[in-house]
Amino acid sequence: MPLEVQIAKKLRDFKLDVSFRSDDAPLSILGPSGAGKTMLLRCIAGLERPDSGRIVLNDRVLFDSERHTQIPVRGRRVGLLFQHYALLPHRTVAENIAFGLHRLPAAEQAERVTDLVARTHLSGLESRYPRELSGGEQQRVALSRALAIEPEALLLDEPLSALDTHLRSQMEAQLQETFATYRRPALLVTHNMEEAYRLGEELLVLSRGRVSASGAKERIFRRPPTVEVARLTGCKNFSRARALAEGLVEAVDWGCQLRVGHSIAHPVAHVGIRAHHLDFVESSDTNAAIENTFPCWLVRSSETPFRITLYLRLHKPPGDARNYHLQAEVYKEKWERFRHRPFPWHLRISADQLVLFPE
Amino acid sequence: MDWSPLWISLATSLTATVITLAAGLAAAAWRQHRRGPALALVDGIFLLPLVLPPTVVGLLLLLLFGRNGPLGKFLLKFDASVVFSWPATVIAAAVVAFPLMYLTARSALEQVDSHFLEAARILGASEFRVFREVALPLAWPGVLAGTILSFARALGEFGATLMLAGNIPGKTETIPIAIYFAVEAGDVRGAFTWCAIDIAISLVLLAGLYYWTHVQGSAPARWARL
Repeated sequence: MPLEVQIAKKLRDFKLDVSFRSDDAPLSILGPSGAGKTMLLRCIAGLERPDSGRIVLNDRVLFDSERHTQIPVRGRRVGLLFQHYALLPHRTVAENIAFGLHRLPAAEQAERVTDLVARTHLSGLESRYPRELSGGEQQRVALSRALAIEPEALLLDEPLSALDTHLRSQMEAQLQETFATYRRPALLVTHNMEEAYRLGEELLVLSRGRVSASGAKERIFRRPPTVEVARLTGCKNFSRARALAEGLVEAVDWGCQLRVGHSIAHPVAHVGIRAHHLDFVESSDTNAAIENTFPCWLVRSSETPFRITLYLRLHKPPGDARNYHLQAEVYKEKWERFRHRPFPWHLRISADQLVLFPE
Repeated sequence: MDWSPLWISLATSLTATVITLAAGLAAAAWRQHRRGPALALVDGIFLLPLVLPPTVVGLLLLLLFGRNGPLGKFLLKFDASVVFSWPATVIAAAVVAFPLMYLTARSALEQVDSHFLEAARILGASEFRVFREVALPLAWPGVLAGTILSFARALGEFGATLMLAGNIPGKTETIPIAIYFAVEAGDVRGAFTWCAIDIAISLVLLAGLYYWTHVQGSAPARWARL
């Protein structure tokens, strides 16, 4: 396995205690701010010393607390992309990219810089200084510089967070292009679940210093193992729950009984459903007959350019605007079709999309 | 008029500044990433020449370099003695100017964003290369300011110089010493001439320093400016 990490380090508020492996494919590390993500990267790069554990990269032991091995930063051959790039302000683009190549002959340095400049679409900017570049260009220089030393692993710390929306998608494409040819361990730290999903093949969810989920991203997003992971992967609706019978749970906070699509393996403690999985059905007198469908009232709404989030209360009209049960997200086209219907609307909580969380 | 005090003062201050720059930078670089109570004592010793009266510094140097002093004895083995010679003016000026260099260099180095240093280390740079190619260039405006201050301080050095180097015209007589002895001898015109020269040099230096730090801006501001 190319990269194996098993480290513990006491931080101010909690303990970073992480163990994972990564092969030659990008791994997204998703977690809220302050979950220890950056510290994890800094430990791998050698900028911070873990209290205990072991870091092995391609059979090279970078750190082993038991054997007192600690390879200094400069000997780790790891590329790190800092959140704010850390380009040397007194060096040009070409000099920044070549900074790690000082042991190579000048001709070879120049060749490699030319190659990287072309690959990261920086041609023509070689003699500019970082301050003369846009954020996206600075980011690409930082990426080139990290790749120049042909690192055995690439660590990216929130690589897109400092960019605006337009540049973000450009840089995302650049990173995808890079990952396609790099094929070595690449760890991408982010607090943005969409970024984590799009750029990583595997996913590791970190919260308060611990791994709360890891594995194939599709599986974690479809069936998050805990409420916390579900929340981090964008699930908005949760209720305490208890099993009533096979295939039937009571959602305590929502005040309703729900059929569930799959068998209940563990004692159920919570149920959850994503906002865009909630559906509105035509009004009908027999709505009690339609599975998991409940009358609801609109409490308030919040619009984005193309979608609308509806805060809903089940069973009876709402008292005040904070008092909602669920939030549903629908495209505006659909919203236009039912917004003028009289209350109550009829909300369907699909059994197949309902996620059950054990104790 | 004998111009020798001007040349002696300039030669002494320049030499002392070069030595102070090297020693101050080395001390600041060594001190930069170290923490601990013992270092408070080290800092205290480094800064002592700033707070002690120059005559005390001169007396201590005399004890150190005198015939019976540890360094004096050592130099005697090579048939050398610095007391009452031109090198003594350099030693006195360098010691007195050192704290200014040390303090400004240290704060300039501390202000360099540590991410730049970390980025360089990750790219395989040795600590020496990190210092020479990253920390020093980024701290350079601050270091230069310290150098100018040190030069000005060396130029004005009087007490320690008189104690260690004495007043030998054409050899150890610097401008401040020439002024003192001119006044003592009743040569008011000579004293004022040297005063005017001293003020002119200092003004040029301080104006240059002001221009560098305020008009040019501090290092981070300069690098960030479009």
